[in-house]
Amino acid sequence: MVAVISNLFGLQHLDLTEDIVSEAFLQAAESWSIKGMPDNPTAWLYSVAKHLTSHYFKRHKTFSRKIVPALITGQEGPALPQDPDFSDGNIMDSQLKMLFAICNPAIISEAQIGLALRILCGFGIDEIAEAFLTNKETINKRLFRAKEKLRKENVLLEMPRGPEINNRLDNVLHIIYLLFNEGYYSTTKNETLRKDLCVEALHLGVLLTGLETTNLPQTNALIALMCFHASRFRARQGGDSSLILYEDQDKDLWDDELINKGEYFLALSARGPEMTSYHLEARIAWWHCQKNDPPEKWGKILQLYNQLLLINYSPSVALNRTYALFKAKGAKPALIEAMKLKLDNNHFYFTLLGELYKNIGDKNAKACFEKAYALATTHNDKEILMRKISGL
Amino acid sequence: MEEFALVFRHLAGDNLPTPEQLKVNLPLWDDWAAGIAAQGKFVTTRRLAFGGKVLKASGVVTDGPFVEVKEQLGGFMIVRAENIDEAITLAHGCPIFDIGGTVEVRPFAATNQAILAMENGE
Repeated sequence: MVAVISNLFGLQHLDLTEDIVSEAFLQAAESWSIKGMPDNPTAWLYSVAKHLTSHYFKRHKTFSRKIVPALITGQEGPALPQDPDFSDGNIMDSQLKMLFAICNPAIISEAQIGLALRILCGFGIDEIAEAFLTNKETINKRLFRAKEKLRKENVLLEMPRGPEINNRLDNVLHIIYLLFNEGYYSTTKNETLRKDLCVEALHLGVLLTGLETTNLPQTNALIALMCFHASRFRARQGGDSSLILYEDQDKDLWDDELINKGEYFLALSARGPEMTSYHLEARIAWWHCQKNDPPEKWGKILQLYNQLLLINYSPSVALNRTYALFKAKGAKPALIEAMKLKLDNNHFYFTLLGELYKNIGDKNAKACFEKAYALATTHNDKEILMRKISGL
Repeated sequence: MEEFALVFRHLAGDNLPTPEQLKVNLPLWDDWAAGIAAQGKFVTTRRLAFGGKVLKASGVVTDGPFVEVKEQLGGFMIVRAENIDEAITLAHGCPIFDIGGTVEVRPFAATNQAILAMENGE
């Protein structure tokens, strides 16, 4: 709704747009609690928002005709006397424009994610704060600064054209990827919230397939990646809000429907020569969805991690690649490679070293797990390591 | 950290690696390169095709000097290392050795701008 109305007001008046939408929801809450839910709540909300918008325009027109000439101000209000168009096509169109406007490299990526959650996904400030493990004031300040920046940079609500769209799409995909990871790897205990973040990321990804210029192989690869990961959501969640490691998951809890969806998008992503990190990660995730552990599985995963490292280094990819090496070729060659990584402040690194030492019966395993325990920050990680130490 | 070039040379002419040798050898390269990338020390790499042309000062173009020379350039990789000794350590295990090749480890020369700046006493 914010996206559609912003189409009329422009990003300069994002606050005003948010006010109108909040007002519409407020009226809904009041009216529905007295008169009961209308037959079509969505249409009801849209018509209230439409009314509020045109009311604003009328008032603003009077204001600008009769009062503004008397004042000399630099502040210009929006002047587009028009009704917001809440047709499905326009909603999609507006959301895409808003997505591209928000995912603007001018603002920091945390703020881009925050704005996407607030404006496109309708998250509350408290939910965003919880997702980022911070407080409401920090998020409010971050969003305020980001909106200021969008205003100052005069970011327009329009789709970039021509070759520009490709550069901007990279950033949009990256933000969706970060949003998904925020949900998938977040340490917040709120399981529903984490799932919501993943669902919203998936929703935004699918939104991009609605337009020819953004429905590209890398878009499909990212969607496939998210589907494959999300398929294990239920299986990795323990009853006591602890995470169940991949090796210990009940494969019957994997969501076949999401795996099939992922395979559909993975096939689409292969139309063309592109091999982005999303393509490689989607394939790695696909192999992880293979339930019957074919013998070539870890060798293939290793190859994919090799390629991923060559285009996109990160300590976690380096660690995952070493783990794949262990599964494909054994603990000894993996240990030689692991020793070279020297990620001395990373508890996952010492967990992996401990695991490798354990596999060749080396007593260094205990010292490594203990070092990892000292470095681990979350309760869940510490618990897993405690079990590993006592299991030696 | 500085950048170094690892320059790969392999046997040429009649001793060019055979397709069978390459089939075994090529898959090893990603494994080796990823080991360097895993340490955050990989910059880029390119492999050269065997064929090519040579332009001489006289303007004559030939099908390459490959029959006359013993070794030919096979490709290069750029890595990051503290010093040349570390760069040599990274070069260990390079699959070029399996097909009778060598790795030349070379630091980069200063750019013209840097030389000019030095001459101007900056």
